[in-house]
Amino acid sequence: MTTPYMLRLQNINYSYHTLHGETNVLKDLSFDVKEGEFVAVVGSSGCGKSTLLSIIAGLLSPESGTIAVNNPDGSLHYPRVGYMLQHDHLFEWRSVYKNVILGLEINHMLTQERINYVNQLLQDYDLEQFRGKRPGELSGGMKQRAALIRTLALDPQLLLLDEPFSALDYQTRLSVSADICRLIRRTGKTMLLITHDLSEAISLADRVIVLSRRPATVKCEIPIHLTLTDDSPLAARNAPEFNSYFNRLWEEIKNGEP
Amino acid sequence: MENLKVNTHAEPTKQELFMRQHLRHHRQIALLRLLLLVLFLIVWEVSARTGVIDSFFFSSPCKVMLLLWEMCKDYSIFGHVGITLFETLVSFLLVFLVSLVTATLLWYSQKLSEILEPYLVVLNSLPKSALAPLFIVWLGTGTKTIIVAGISVAVFGSIISFYTAFRQCDPEKITLIYTLGGSRRDAFHKVVLPASVPLLLSTTKVNIGLALVGVIIGEFLAARRGLGYLIIYGSQVFQLNLVILNVLLLCIIAMGFYKGIQMIEHHIRKKMQL
Repeated sequence: MTTPYMLRLQNINYSYHTLHGETNVLKDLSFDVKEGEFVAVVGSSGCGKSTLLSIIAGLLSPESGTIAVNNPDGSLHYPRVGYMLQHDHLFEWRSVYKNVILGLEINHMLTQERINYVNQLLQDYDLEQFRGKRPGELSGGMKQRAALIRTLALDPQLLLLDEPFSALDYQTRLSVSADICRLIRRTGKTMLLITHDLSEAISLADRVIVLSRRPATVKCEIPIHLTLTDDSPLAARNAPEFNSYFNRLWEEIKNGEP
Repeated sequence: MENLKVNTHAEPTKQELFMRQHLRHHRQIALLRLLLLVLFLIVWEVSARTGVIDSFFFSSPCKVMLLLWEMCKDYSIFGHVGITLFETLVSFLLVFLVSLVTATLLWYSQKLSEILEPYLVVLNSLPKSALAPLFIVWLGTGTKTIIVAGISVAVFGSIISFYTAFRQCDPEKITLIYTLGGSRRDAFHKVVLPASVPLLLSTTKVNIGLALVGVIIGEFLAARRGLGYLIIYGSQVFQLNLVILNVLLLCIIAMGFYKGIQMIEHHIRKKMQL
């Protein structure tokens, strides 16, 4: 009896077509993500990481292969997915509150129960006093929290994070990424993070999946176990095992031939 | 005299000094603008009276004002101004509606926009006054023809500008709507349209001027009323007073329209807090 998986990708193939020919992006890509697990996917730039997320989110259809959740017969069934993009994309013409209920508005789910949930999140994430403000008045970290609430409002089973902090400067990024990931962990949601930053992957994830160069396939999977000494954003990076993980990932990516 | 320099009030702060200077600057500009106008009118009047310019061809401020007074007394001017205003506003509103609907359709259908693109470009670069005689043949002379002429000048450029504004929307913001489970319709209503508002407003400001141009062209050719008609009529019977009066009235109308749209723009921007 194993832990139920949240997401199972089996033999995903995807290629895109231009006038100059066909490019294979993903080739026989398979992996599982368990419920409540935090998995990071790393790979060299342009290897198809973002394409993979778009497929999992249902924005693109794979040419072949299945994406299944919790149904062992392998039938195609998408999990309810929440997607955090590279930028917060809060709309300047809406107040913070109007921004976080955008998903509910689109899905016609503005029930009292959901609104209460959103209000609770605003309070928990220290945004309550900013609910009437415009996004421009918020700090980088607060914007990311607002974007997170917007995603969580729809109660997704699986959260996809596509280099969600890459637009922030390095210092803000360190604290915001630790902050956001701590908040998501508290909700017990399953997370799939895409990043090209190896340290970020090691410091945040339970398991790192390394993709090969294009056409991408799973090169190896490395479970991460860090001994944490304190709970600062830098704690994971200061862990004694950090460097050996980093070197191993570095080697795997460097000779990234499929 | 030394005592006067002892200031019983507190010294003005740096901010207060800045505010004063700012205010003074703006008063100066307003005053000089007005002065320029007065100077122009005086020079015009004096040169007409002293015979430096021939007042038969160049009229004079007094003659123009006298004519305006007469036309106000028999109420004839109000009918002419009214019809031109009416035609321009109707053209403008129709241009706005038609280009909003068309640009929306073009945004929804990539195929349609690709098919129509060369036609729009050609129609936009065509001098629209060339079409006016056709409108007269098809629609006769009258308000309908003039409104169509007004529309024809502004509408194609307006469609292109609106569509370009829609296309400039950040594709990642549209992706966000899709990731939240939204449709293309949601993407349009929640992102594309609100994000385009500043560009739509600036296009609208240009459109009101173009609609006025079209209406005047229409009135030159196909009207018995309106400022355009008065200008053409005045030039044909060598009543240059009439021509100049109407040109001046057009200046005032154009400025009024511009200010009006600017106020609406300001109001919308404030409401959306852009």
